[in-house]
Amino acid sequence: MVHYFIGDLGHLFVILALISAFFSAFSYYRATVQQDLKRSASWLANGKTAFFVHAASVFGIVACLFVIIYNHYFEYHYAWSHSSTRLPTHYMISCFWEGQEGSFLLWMFWHALLGIILIFTNKYWEASVMTVISLVQFFLSTMILGVVIPGLELKIGSSPFILLRDAMDAPIFKVEPEFVPEDGTGLNPLLQNYWMVIHPPTLFLGFALTVVPFAYCIAGLWQKKYKEWIRPALPWALFGAAILGLGILMGAYWAYETLNFGGYWNWDPVENAVYVPWLFLIAAIHVMITFKNSHTALKASVILVLTSFILILYSTFLTRSGILGNASVHSFTDLGLSGQLLIYLLFFTVGSIVLSWVRWKELPTTEKEASTYSREFWIFIGAIALCLMGFQVLVPTSIPVYNKVVELFGGVSNVAPPADQIEFYSKSQLWFAVAVAILSGTGQFFWWKKIDGKKLINQLTVPLILTLLCSTIIIAAGNVAEPTYIVLLVAGLYTVIANAKILFGLLKTSPKLSGGAVTHIGVGLILIGILFSSGYSKVVSLNTTGMLISKDASTEFNNENILLFLNEPKSMAGYELKYKGERVEPIEYSDFIDKNSLEPTGLEHLLVAKTDITVDGEIIPKGDTVEIAAENTYYEIEYTDTNGETFTLFPRAQVNEGMGGLLASPDIKRKLSKDLYTHVSSIRNPTEETDWSDLQEFKIELNQNFFANDYVSTVEKIERLDKVPGVKLSEGDVAIRAEIRVLGEEKEYVSQPLFIIKDNLVGRIPDEVGDLGLRFSLINVHPETDQFTIGVNTRQKNWVVLKAMEKPLINVLWSGTLILMAGFGIAIKRRYSEFKKMREKGLE
Amino acid sequence: MKKSHIIGIIIIGIAIAVIISTAGDASTYVTFDEAQEMASSGNSSSIHVVGELKKTRSGEIVGIQPSVDKLSFSFVMVDENQNEQTVFYNEPMPPDFQRSEKVVVIGSYQEDTFIADKILMKCPSKYQENTVKAEL
Repeated sequence: MVHYFIGDLGHLFVILALISAFFSAFSYYRATVQQDLKRSASWLANGKTAFFVHAASVFGIVACLFVIIYNHYFEYHYAWSHSSTRLPTHYMISCFWEGQEGSFLLWMFWHALLGIILIFTNKYWEASVMTVISLVQFFLSTMILGVVIPGLELKIGSSPFILLRDAMDAPIFKVEPEFVPEDGTGLNPLLQNYWMVIHPPTLFLGFALTVVPFAYCIAGLWQKKYKEWIRPALPWALFGAAILGLGILMGAYWAYETLNFGGYWNWDPVENAVYVPWLFLIAAIHVMITFKNSHTALKASVILVLTSFILILYSTFLTRSGILGNASVHSFTDLGLSGQLLIYLLFFTVGSIVLSWVRWKELPTTEKEASTYSREFWIFIGAIALCLMGFQVLVPTSIPVYNKVVELFGGVSNVAPPADQIEFYSKSQLWFAVAVAILSGTGQFFWWKKIDGKKLINQLTVPLILTLLCSTIIIAAGNVAEPTYIVLLVAGLYTVIANAKILFGLLKTSPKLSGGAVTHIGVGLILIGILFSSGYSKVVSLNTTGMLISKDASTEFNNENILLFLNEPKSMAGYELKYKGERVEPIEYSDFIDKNSLEPTGLEHLLVAKTDITVDGEIIPKGDTVEIAAENTYYEIEYTDTNGETFTLFPRAQVNEGMGGLLASPDIKRKLSKDLYTHVSSIRNPTEETDWSDLQEFKIELNQNFFANDYVSTVEKIERLDKVPGVKLSEGDVAIRAEIRVLGEEKEYVSQPLFIIKDNLVGRIPDEVGDLGLRFSLINVHPETDQFTIGVNTRQKNWVVLKAMEKPLINVLWSGTLILMAGFGIAIKRRYSEFKKMREKGLE
Repeated sequence: MKKSHIIGIIIIGIAIAVIISTAGDASTYVTFDEAQEMASSGNSSSIHVVGELKKTRSGEIVGIQPSVDKLSFSFVMVDENQNEQTVFYNEPMPPDFQRSEKVVVIGSYQEDTFIADKILMKCPSKYQENTVKAEL
């Protein structure tokens, strides 16, 4: 049955959200321009009501879409293409933003929430700021409208409530319009990870937060309150930078931990599209702080705040219009919204430029030049360095746009982004990072306006000596030889040490002001962490056997991977490695289960226990059904170090039909000084036919030992079954199961081959002991002599090819991230309390 | 000269340097013919070629040859001028490769084979089926 109501309701909410956003923007606009206080107040009330209606509609859309996903209404395209019946609830939430419509919705959701917070926290600026935010919401609402203007064939937006039969041109709908698929196609298994639950909302909150300083800036220019907008905008800008930065680093961590992109950052256009606005936002914060302290750099503040929001729109355009199609690995696909996205981008870009142009002359400026020894001067230089750092990434990332523009004017342009992006960006970004590090170390010493050359040298002596001392030790100990790396290391250490000095000074007098010092320490640590973990990442799984793993593979593959056969230890980089077998992941338990102790059923996600299995301290009795995550296989690798201490890693592989390849996720042994990063790089293909040896027969009695490929085996039990899953037994049919115990190197295995006589025909169902590469079949039963014939096939023992890397000091990177966030937290608190004080005075 | 002027000149200088270095390191989208010409004239820099996988008239993909252990594979690609070319890729077949409607290979010619260092794909709609498998 097709559930029409919920989709219609959702669509109604979309239309309502669109209209109310427009009405809210209009009312707030009237309230801003209206001179008459009474009429202005009533427009304000209108605007507020409209925005509340808008916010309620947005929450309504979210609720409707969630109902559709949660109840598995697969007649809807969104549920069908992003969810499936077996998806756990927390991943149903992530289905939400897997699609493009849902991620627009997420963005709108945050805007709506921020709008409500602004209405309640800042009455003074409400009318003008909310005009801008409502207008932004109006544009975003059109993206999910999903209306085709008749006659023009113009599609506006893409609705998440579209029915499957309208989205797909499948023949079945011609026959049966009410057809509802049994199951959805599901969330991509690679994305079924908790990061998919928390990373997108964080990133989109960061996206959404950039609108607040932008709105204050526009409002300030519009209302000619050129200076006043900075104070309320500053805590929001800080909050935005913190969340956006957190989102970016979460993405990096996700890529490192699960997606196995080889590292945490690849300079892909999609990554760059977030990185650039973030750098500009950071630069904006710096000049805003300068302005607050000395009333300089107001123009720079205006330009940078406006630019960072416009860059967010630009990055949305890049990633969602399909323009990056030939340049990026993971941009969204084109939903035909490019035109709309371009209008959205141009509207706010042109609007900002025109407004700034008109007001430019009126902006107060200071005539006197900032002294070279002033704090402002150095912060300003730092902001410029950040902008240039962003510019260096922006220019190559925009190459596809440049091609399009040239084509638009009839030219031919075939410029492609640099072929080796990582190398290209790293070599320049490294020097910008050095500049930023040196400036953020030194800039802090210009806390007071009147510092001269002499004082500065006094202040800097201790940190400089310490830096050189530490650098020398680290360079010698870590064997850092690359000159550029040495420069980056010294610069990073200098930031950390110089800011640590400032921090100690501040902790005594005014810890509230320590936000800047703390964040900069974080930045220094992040740089040092990146330098070592990327620059000195080392492959440790070196093939020292002198034998090739595969003739067809490259020399690099053969040299940098090791082949492990089951239970045959091999040494690697100070460890003894042992591959202990394939493991599956049960849904209801946290431990893994040995694949050998489970028996397949007709359904790939349901398996039956062959013996009693102990998981999480509980016992799954023999014969019980266990639900597993079928697409994942884990490979248990035991590591023993030279001290005899052991630990176990479970790298994962997903083999997906139709995906053709192996999707490997690493498992990481985290140590204080370095990570040991392990992933499988080749496995036995489970979908392929196995090469079994010829059948070897044994005629034996109960409890008599025989040797199956050198493993001692015994038939312990033989029993008649009444029921065999998948086979219909009728009267006169016989099903017999042998229970064979096999003594492996490490443990015992059970194999249960079946012998069936059905309709006077003999059938045999063999059973495999995967670990040992053995397949047992019950060939015949001889009741007259109390004997059986057991057949044994063998194959190559289970194996796995493993790659392991050492990532030194990566924890410095992650801890730097946390310190950075803490620093932002301190700064936000300080700036917000400043704003609150002024608000209580009724001034802002 | 005022300090701000000096800073301004430095900024412009760096910006120009950025643009020049981008232009210098930028690769180009070319066809296989042009790529071969470049290779034979001794230019071994990496280039991008845009094209599609070779398909039969009924839409079946032909010419994909994985190596025995699936660690590398080669395939036949048709560029925008309808020239066919065997491309070798020294990595396992990327997910969704066969579903892609457009392929970009980045690499260079080594004799008659195009060796790809990287493959980018454009899929009709990522991770989505194109039609409903109807089961009534």
